[in-house]
Amino acid sequence: MNKLDIDKIRNDFPTLSEVVNNKPLVYLDNAATTQKPRAVIEAIENYYRHYNSNIHRGVHALSQKSTEAYENSREKIRQFINAQKIEEIIFTRGATEALNLIVSSYGRQFLKAGDEVLISNMEHHANIVPWQLLAQEKDLKLRVIPINDNGELILEDFDKMLNEKTKIVSLVHISNTLGTINPIQYVINKAKEIGAITIIDAAQSIQHKVIDVQKLDCDFLVFSGHKLYGPTGTGILYGKYDLLDKMPPYQSGGDMIKSVSFERTLFNDLPHKFEAGTPHIAGNIALGYAIDYIQSITLEAIDEYENYLLDYATNKLSEIDELKIIGTAKNKASVVSFVINNVHPHDIGTLLDADGIAVRTGHHCTEPIMKRFGIPATSRASFSFYNTIDEINVLYNSILKIIKIFK
Amino acid sequence: MNEIQELYQQVILDHNKNPRNFGKIAPATNEAEGYNPLCGDRIDITANIENNIIKELKFNGSGCAISKSSASIMTTLVVGKTIEEAKELFDEFHKIVTAGIRDRVDTLEIGKMAVFAGVREFPSRVKCASLAWHTMINAIEKKQEKEINMN
Repeated sequence: MNKLDIDKIRNDFPTLSEVVNNKPLVYLDNAATTQKPRAVIEAIENYYRHYNSNIHRGVHALSQKSTEAYENSREKIRQFINAQKIEEIIFTRGATEALNLIVSSYGRQFLKAGDEVLISNMEHHANIVPWQLLAQEKDLKLRVIPINDNGELILEDFDKMLNEKTKIVSLVHISNTLGTINPIQYVINKAKEIGAITIIDAAQSIQHKVIDVQKLDCDFLVFSGHKLYGPTGTGILYGKYDLLDKMPPYQSGGDMIKSVSFERTLFNDLPHKFEAGTPHIAGNIALGYAIDYIQSITLEAIDEYENYLLDYATNKLSEIDELKIIGTAKNKASVVSFVINNVHPHDIGTLLDADGIAVRTGHHCTEPIMKRFGIPATSRASFSFYNTIDEINVLYNSILKIIKIFK
Repeated sequence: MNEIQELYQQVILDHNKNPRNFGKIAPATNEAEGYNPLCGDRIDITANIENNIIKELKFNGSGCAISKSSASIMTTLVVGKTIEEAKELFDEFHKIVTAGIRDRVDTLEIGKMAVFAGVREFPSRVKCASLAWHTMINAIEKKQEKEINMN
């Protein structure tokens, strides 16, 4: 399992050589956000040092350069997810804003009382709360696809829940808490049979799996840049052109208009219609560099190595009697959530931190999953291609120490 | 003692394992639910208050060692006190966990709270230590947090 040169890769990420509490950092919180390769950090610095300027309006050299870099990045993203048209790529602040955009713009315009929105028991709060608010406002029915004890969707129930009132099926591709990889192609195909709009939350899959929106044939797909080794405050909404075109603006202001008078305003064309105001130019340019970096390693090699880490971590942690893994789907990404008898995840988090290990503890913005499993919280180790077997061993040994303290 | 040992000292581990006044009072004159969005923990405080005096007070729920032991010690401190005295204790506790400052170290109560002085080195854990105290204050003042109600 040495297709990747891990030492070289780790060298590309300055943060990974940090020392935390006098211990080398073991960063296992990649599902919360990934570290950034030097290429991304330099792209941001390069923009601010050499061509900081606003986009889409200046005639001067710097503005032309930044506009070109910005639109190049959009094109890289289009290719990365194989969207048909560049206008289908909308820059947002993250997956959360992208979902809010769909709900506020498409949802508010096209859904009506009695319509049903179908989500799953394993959604991130960002794919629950916006729908709840709209459901209250418009008297929609929010329905939830249940999951089994392994943390997998119960597809027979999903099939039965679909009906002529189902107008939206909005589903997470990979659960940030359980690691479950959902059968999104099946769900999209089924939803399309009854004419529902399909939305895929790819926040946790874009960095692990090859995504082809044309092959999936989903209507919308969202992800964040910062989980894809890019800057925070960046994200993407992909939407089919015809849908985006008929949707009303989400926010309004500069850059999203063609002309404004006090009598009437003419909105700009896609994608600018949905990009009001000066965006995170440096961040969105740098996101393109993150994609270049990932493609230099290839998602196929990343997926293979991360699966190897997942298998090792799963086997190693399963050796500990007091520890229970939450989320045991057959098809899983490199996320291991666990609970330990009589030790609260928050204490685990603080004690692991004392050994330099960063994990996430809590409900991971997925409280309904916690309720489903009857637990208040979990500790979650999530692995990236820059993690190593040695780091998993450090985690294992630290967990043994914690169990001893609480005995 | 290093910082982590100070945080997880024996008194705290003991109260975590054997919490005092754990459970629910029914019927209760006062109750409140506290919630820590950071870790998803919930705590219920139920109390019987008569003539301005906290006759009985219990906590229920799940929590980390810091929040559970803090709740446990809090209950042992406020039972028998007046509402005003309980609020004064809360002020003292808040100072200890945020700044480690102790105006008066001469009382038994302050001595018991002092085990939480180590929390100030862990800013993300201050909420854990204070949750039960905040919820106790909400209970005695009869305040409650707002939620979105989908029903």
